[in-house]
Amino acid sequence: MSDAQTLAPTATAAAKPAVRTRRRPAFTWWRAIVVLAALIGLWYLAAKHYADKGLAFLVPYPHLVWKDGFADSQVRHDLLQALGRSTVVTLVGLAIAIVIGVAWAMLMAQAKWVEQSLYPYAVVLQCIPILALVPLIGALAGYEFKSRVIVTVMIALFPMVSNTLFGLQSAERAQRELFTLSGAGRGTVLAKLLFPAALPSIFIGLRTSAGMAVIGSIVGDQFFQRGNPGLGVLIQVSASRLYGEQLYAAILTAAFLGVAVFLVFGLLGRLAVGRWYDFS
Amino acid sequence: MTSTLEKPTSTAGVLLDFRDTEMTFPNGTVALRGVDLTVRRGEFVSVVGPSGCGKSTLLRIASGLETASHGVTQVNTDRIGYVFQDATLLPWRSVQKNVELLAELDGMSKAKRAATAAKAIELVGLKGFEKNLPRQLSGGMKMRTSLARSLTLDPELFLFDEPFGALDEITRERLNDELLRLFAEQQFAGLFITHSVSEAVYLSTKVVVMSGRPGYIVESFDVPFPMPRDPDIRFTPEFGELVGQVSHALREGHR
Repeated sequence: MSDAQTLAPTATAAAKPAVRTRRRPAFTWWRAIVVLAALIGLWYLAAKHYADKGLAFLVPYPHLVWKDGFADSQVRHDLLQALGRSTVVTLVGLAIAIVIGVAWAMLMAQAKWVEQSLYPYAVVLQCIPILALVPLIGALAGYEFKSRVIVTVMIALFPMVSNTLFGLQSAERAQRELFTLSGAGRGTVLAKLLFPAALPSIFIGLRTSAGMAVIGSIVGDQFFQRGNPGLGVLIQVSASRLYGEQLYAAILTAAFLGVAVFLVFGLLGRLAVGRWYDFS
Repeated sequence: MTSTLEKPTSTAGVLLDFRDTEMTFPNGTVALRGVDLTVRRGEFVSVVGPSGCGKSTLLRIASGLETASHGVTQVNTDRIGYVFQDATLLPWRSVQKNVELLAELDGMSKAKRAATAAKAIELVGLKGFEKNLPRQLSGGMKMRTSLARSLTLDPELFLFDEPFGALDEITRERLNDELLRLFAEQQFAGLFITHSVSEAVYLSTKVVVMSGRPGYIVESFDVPFPMPRDPDIRFTPEFGELVGQVSHALREGHR
């Protein structure tokens, strides 16, 4: 039968694209892993270069960072303890920044004149070099937990304020008029229109602020070292003692904290508004 | 300058009445000049006019969103439906919850507004899409949702601000037919703003032509075709002639 012969090639041709679409998701991960392998390769090259010059502590070999850093039980204990403390400072600072930021933005959203009176100070806060305030914060609040949180709040606050304000103003004019025509009061408009419309922006601000809060907690450590400091102090101490492996392990741990916080708050945003908003 | 928004008790079937209505915006723009227009129960009045002639301002005054700077505007009902140019749906609410919104703001009980919304959704032919979010709907379906939302208030006076302007021709024609059917079934009075002369003639019992800014009424045409209307009426010579007359008046007024 000649019919069967002509049909066979068509069937294979049709099957091919289906296989290709099934593979696509795995492929994207694979690319990122290639880059990671390339980066570790470069790291080895750099480590070799410095080891030859007798400056191995500047760029220690990756496997030594593992062996003398993460795999060493004493170092791992110090890392985990510092990570825990930094996480606490990050989350406490972030929580305060959320409360202040959302309240500040809601106040400004009430009237144009309030916004014009208060917004410049949000910008000023963003512009003050934190370093300039360090001696003052230390003198006023001490050199422990409280001051570390203050620095974290100051660094994390602006994205919360600006994104929330932008979100509260994002409802369309016609949508507002729809509520006006129904005789809805301020509270109803805020609860049923402005606030839900602001949620995507609030979560984008939250994700940005969370990343800033990690930076704040580590910078805060380096300024205010008394009490129970976290990763910032571990990084400084390792660097000053030329413990290259521990320094790199501490830096990687700080990076992990930043990525984890970014992912968690990104996921929170997707869970909250991903149903109706492309949160990416 | 005087302006009033009154709700008198009398007058036979007059739901909306503009008397010598003028609108001058704070920036000095004169949008409307000496507009006299009445909408009675059982009437569907379309307003056609060039862009920016103040057609929408007329609706905004009728709804209370704006106050006329001169003249008397009477609105003899508080059951007003307002359909915006965009569907103005809340993207985080499902079709069902969007349709319930106005009833919810009106303080209707949960069970009652769910039932009212279900009925309105069925009226506009969206049964089965209650759980969909606006992002999953086509432009025409969004507009139907918006119509259903207004229908929940059982309006006596329906104000339409170019609701189908952004839709494609086929969807637009289908929604025109739906609107005619709703008009026949629900017995509301309509004031409909549009750019399209044939849409205006097809839908209305009366077509009013406005001039360019500042807008005033150039001419008014009674549409003699009986309700309910056969879609094929659009291809009759009588329909074509009336569309021609309205278009002619529109060109004259624009000059």
